[in-house]
Amino acid sequence: MLDDLRELYQEVILDHGRNPRNLRNPPEANRHAHGHNPMCGDSVVVHATVDDAGIIRDVAFEGKGCAISVASASLMTEVLKGKTEAEATALFERFRDMCTNDNAGDPDDEELERLQVLSGVRQFPMRVKCATLAWHTLSAAMAGDGDVTTE
Amino acid sequence: MSDAAAHRISPAPGDNSVAAFDVARVRADFPILAQEVFGQPLVYLDSAASAQTPRQVIEAMSSTYETCYANVHRGVHRMSQLTTDAFEGGREKVARFLNAGSAEEIVFTRNATEAFNLVANCFASAHLGEGDEVVISTLEHHANIVPWQMIRDRLGIALRIVPIDDAGNFLLDEYEALLGPRTKLVAVTHVSNALGTVVPIKKVIDLAHARSIPVLVDGCQAVPHIRVDVQALDADFYIFTGHKLYGPTGIGVLYGKRDLLNDLPPYQGGGEMISSVTFEKTTFKTAPHRFEAGTPPIVEAIGLGAAIDYVQSLGHEAIAAHESGLRTYAETRLAQVPGLHLVGTAQEKASIVSFVMDGAHPHDIGTIVDRAGVAVRTGHHCAQPLMQRLGVTATARASFGVYNTRAEVDVLAKALESIHKLFG
Repeated sequence: MLDDLRELYQEVILDHGRNPRNLRNPPEANRHAHGHNPMCGDSVVVHATVDDAGIIRDVAFEGKGCAISVASASLMTEVLKGKTEAEATALFERFRDMCTNDNAGDPDDEELERLQVLSGVRQFPMRVKCATLAWHTLSAAMAGDGDVTTE
Repeated sequence: MSDAAAHRISPAPGDNSVAAFDVARVRADFPILAQEVFGQPLVYLDSAASAQTPRQVIEAMSSTYETCYANVHRGVHRMSQLTTDAFEGGREKVARFLNAGSAEEIVFTRNATEAFNLVANCFASAHLGEGDEVVISTLEHHANIVPWQMIRDRLGIALRIVPIDDAGNFLLDEYEALLGPRTKLVAVTHVSNALGTVVPIKKVIDLAHARSIPVLVDGCQAVPHIRVDVQALDADFYIFTGHKLYGPTGIGVLYGKRDLLNDLPPYQGGGEMISSVTFEKTTFKTAPHRFEAGTPPIVEAIGLGAAIDYVQSLGHEAIAAHESGLRTYAETRLAQVPGLHLVGTAQEKASIVSFVMDGAHPHDIGTIVDRAGVAVRTGHHCAQPLMQRLGVTATARASFGVYNTRAEVDVLAKALESIHKLFG
């Protein structure tokens, strides 16, 4: 039983779940959105700082949730700095594919490789929304939508 | 009737019905309990969300489809007559189960939620206007909150919310203080679905009636565990659902006093609920049929009747004693799990145990115990205002039914202890 679960709850996830990175609300952030998972009541607020050239300079978040959703938000904030909005969108799509598609290929870049610790949710379909909540919220922030749910 | 007599949650001193309750025999009635989940025997601790179905109910429903099925109240043919008798027989069983004055006071709906919407909309049409007040409590399920909010936004009524204490007890004095000259209805739960709190419903009703205010009771979590006598309680409306009472989905029950029901306008229009129709004017039947537009849940009503027979064959006193024993065992056993905190420790409780754990979100708890074959509910239990009051976003909830055992509580406790191994 524990083997299956260790596949989901890898040490990196437990670490980010316990000690999330970039858990803050920077004053210079200029993109914000509130994400909500109606199934569990968890919510997350994403604060992004995007410069005039469209480069994401900083991503931070606030909120509480399960180990999966907090670790995913924390990891997301680490892999997006320096990306353009288009690159962030493309990364989200590949990440979502990794979380849902058993035949997803091996990650071909450093960012996706870092996110691969979350791919264990594939075996736990009820938990995919936990892993993607922060990403949906970031998309909403970029699009200028204030609120988003995983439904 | 006193509250204690109305509830019978705790076994009387010297009660030996726990020993008399043959859980192995009961388990044999539920085919699904032979299933395995991830290679482990299914430990089903989510009966408060939906109870499993005994073969007596499954057989009553399949035998209806196989031997005696037609639409009801329609044909002169033999099958229609037999099916109508069986369907109305289900209504009679519900009436006796609740000790209603007559079967005409039993309305079948799609589920409990539809029954709440029916009362909210029809009662609002007949009796509510701007500035009127409806009293609900912090313990309510969304089904007894949202319909009233929709009426509030449409008509400009106000909702008054009865507070609870930190243990989850319904606060009677604060409730009484909310009853005012504009209070037109009290709508409260009998048993909290998230915490298991048993509300002193007889006192709630008496205090409202002293001011001529009618009371709607959410009995979804009560009827599987407590013998309910709507006449002794003097409830004006009482709602429950079939699938939490070991019956099928697709059927809910609204009990209403006959005069109160017939004071309400129809809910939906259509066939079955009319006396006569011309293009100029339609006249409506009296309750219950005026609220049952269209083909009703025929086979579900027959299944619900079989579920009531099943519950009554076990006996509510024996069920309450069995489940009360399980609940107190679970509270004691789970309290030994490191980092676990019970949520909801009201003085009187039904067989629901809600909890949180240090360092593990309820969703993580749910996923982890699932791999040990244990089904618990995790989340806000459709009671987000209650979660906000308690300062949590979610809890894990184990709820017990007639088929659960202490050994299953031990499986849950061991699975919870493994969370520490995993999360360190």
